[in-house]
Amino acid sequence: MRALRNAGLAFGALVVGSVLFCAVFAELLMPHDPFAQDLTRRLLPPFWLEGHDPAHLLGTDQLGRDYLSRLILGARISMLIGITAVIVSGVIGITIGVVGGFFGGRVDDVVMFIITTRLAIPLILVALAVVSLIGSSLTVVVLTLGLLLWDRFAVVARTTTMQVRTLDYVSAAWAAGCSRAWILGREVLPNILSPLAVVATLEMALAILLEAVLSFLGLGVPPPLPSWGLMISEGKEYMFFDPWVIFVPGITLFVLVMGINLLGDGLRDMVGASQVR
Amino acid sequence: MLLFLFRRTALAVLVALTVLTFAFVLTRLAGDLAIVIAGPEARAEDVEAIRRAYGLDRPVVIQFFDWAWRAATGDFGESFFFRERVSTLIRQRLPVTLTLGVVGIGIALVVAIPLGILAALHENTWIDRAVGLVAMVGQALPSFWLALLLMLFFGLQLGWLPISGTGSWEHYVMPGIVLSFSAIPALMRLTRAGMIDAMSSDYIRTARAKGLSRSSIVLKHALRNAAMPVVSISAVQLGFMLGGSIVIETVFALHGIGFLAWESISKNDFPTVQAVVLLFAVIYIVLTLIADVANAVLDPRLRAS
Repeated sequence: MRALRNAGLAFGALVVGSVLFCAVFAELLMPHDPFAQDLTRRLLPPFWLEGHDPAHLLGTDQLGRDYLSRLILGARISMLIGITAVIVSGVIGITIGVVGGFFGGRVDDVVMFIITTRLAIPLILVALAVVSLIGSSLTVVVLTLGLLLWDRFAVVARTTTMQVRTLDYVSAAWAAGCSRAWILGREVLPNILSPLAVVATLEMALAILLEAVLSFLGLGVPPPLPSWGLMISEGKEYMFFDPWVIFVPGITLFVLVMGINLLGDGLRDMVGASQVR
Repeated sequence: MLLFLFRRTALAVLVALTVLTFAFVLTRLAGDLAIVIAGPEARAEDVEAIRRAYGLDRPVVIQFFDWAWRAATGDFGESFFFRERVSTLIRQRLPVTLTLGVVGIGIALVVAIPLGILAALHENTWIDRAVGLVAMVGQALPSFWLALLLMLFFGLQLGWLPISGTGSWEHYVMPGIVLSFSAIPALMRLTRAGMIDAMSSDYIRTARAKGLSRSSIVLKHALRNAAMPVVSISAVQLGFMLGGSIVIETVFALHGIGFLAWESISKNDFPTVQAVVLLFAVIYIVLTLIADVANAVLDPRLRAS
């Protein structure tokens, strides 16, 4: 069983590592310009189907743009969204959670109220409404997701802070006359980081999926940027004749999210953060 | 118990009021509503006329209290796009979404509980890992993509099910399956954890000592105790699922509240957007309230906190 688990972790790390590599070095890896259209060579099939063109390994889309190049640039969009949304939501959620868990009492009541309210707000609906009202751009999508996805960070930060607060080394720090800020920053925070790292993987996967949903519904990353969700959305009209147009970006999206989750699962077992689910 | 009930209900009302405020603020994000409603080609007089017609020339605070008061009594005004009362639109569409939600949570429970039990009975074996993997795949599958795959396979390849529309019960099968995927992983893990807990408890040892059959122990004794949190979480999951119905209803052109929400968002139909946000939030708040109270009734230990 140990070997199986390690295999999961290795697979997750491999997937996330390669997607990150594509995201960083997209310019070097893309065989064609991902925005260059060629209407005479529309919807060329990928390499495993008959009639493919060796110059376009994964075929071309409805405007004749190279699918592989768009997929590679799409990795950058997904990773950018995933990482930035996690940073924004992490800062918000951890601050809220630590404050509630550390101070307790009335402050904690307010924190619990804020978390409960956030959970009551329908996520996708509000994200769609916000993007549609402000206008869709990469920045708007990232900020919207970041401002909405902090709930799990807050819940886990709050519970773990409560556990750490009563431990001996925190009491010792109080006794030694350390300031509140010192105790929060140097004693509490470092000791709740490992479960929060697991939350970060879960939220990153969720942010990437939600970006794809928003883009699929036409209210995410604006075209011609090749978001994987947008590629599936554009391919939808042609899927009854050329189903591969939705297979390719869909499988990449699925494998990336699966990889991030496996990485998080492996991390959970490694740091023993059973409180995160 | 009464105190718990009172505090919990007060919290629910407070959350609902906050969401009410949020729904109002949300639609003011775009700046001047009158300009958005009038469209890009409107003249200044047109914008002014619209501003007066919709009462947007009044102070924002007055607008808010007027809207909130009407919303609290179930009056969300008239839809800009559909030329109909928003409450009428919701009443027409709500049965579709509720049916979808119930089908979704039904499928989720039917799949998740047996799989969870199976994993728990074979804890730490390959069966357990395989079930865990299924949960993980379910979590990673993009719902809209799964919907398209099902359309291609069951709709086009096999021709068993209609690809889109609202007419008959067959229209709910594929959307229900896709929707159930969002709840299956959580419910399965909870069933597994609850069953593992229950199977190692004293009363199960007693039941074993009495010589009861394995199926009787698992189904009658252990499951009964493990099922309680599963039932209450499925209420919460149903709340989340209704919120997620917007994607699935859009893909399958199932004309429920989710589809209405998507239409009204893309048409800048603010009264409807506000109403739907509020509706989904209130359904979630009520479901969690019921789940919490039911838990407290069944398990007195929870009332203390």
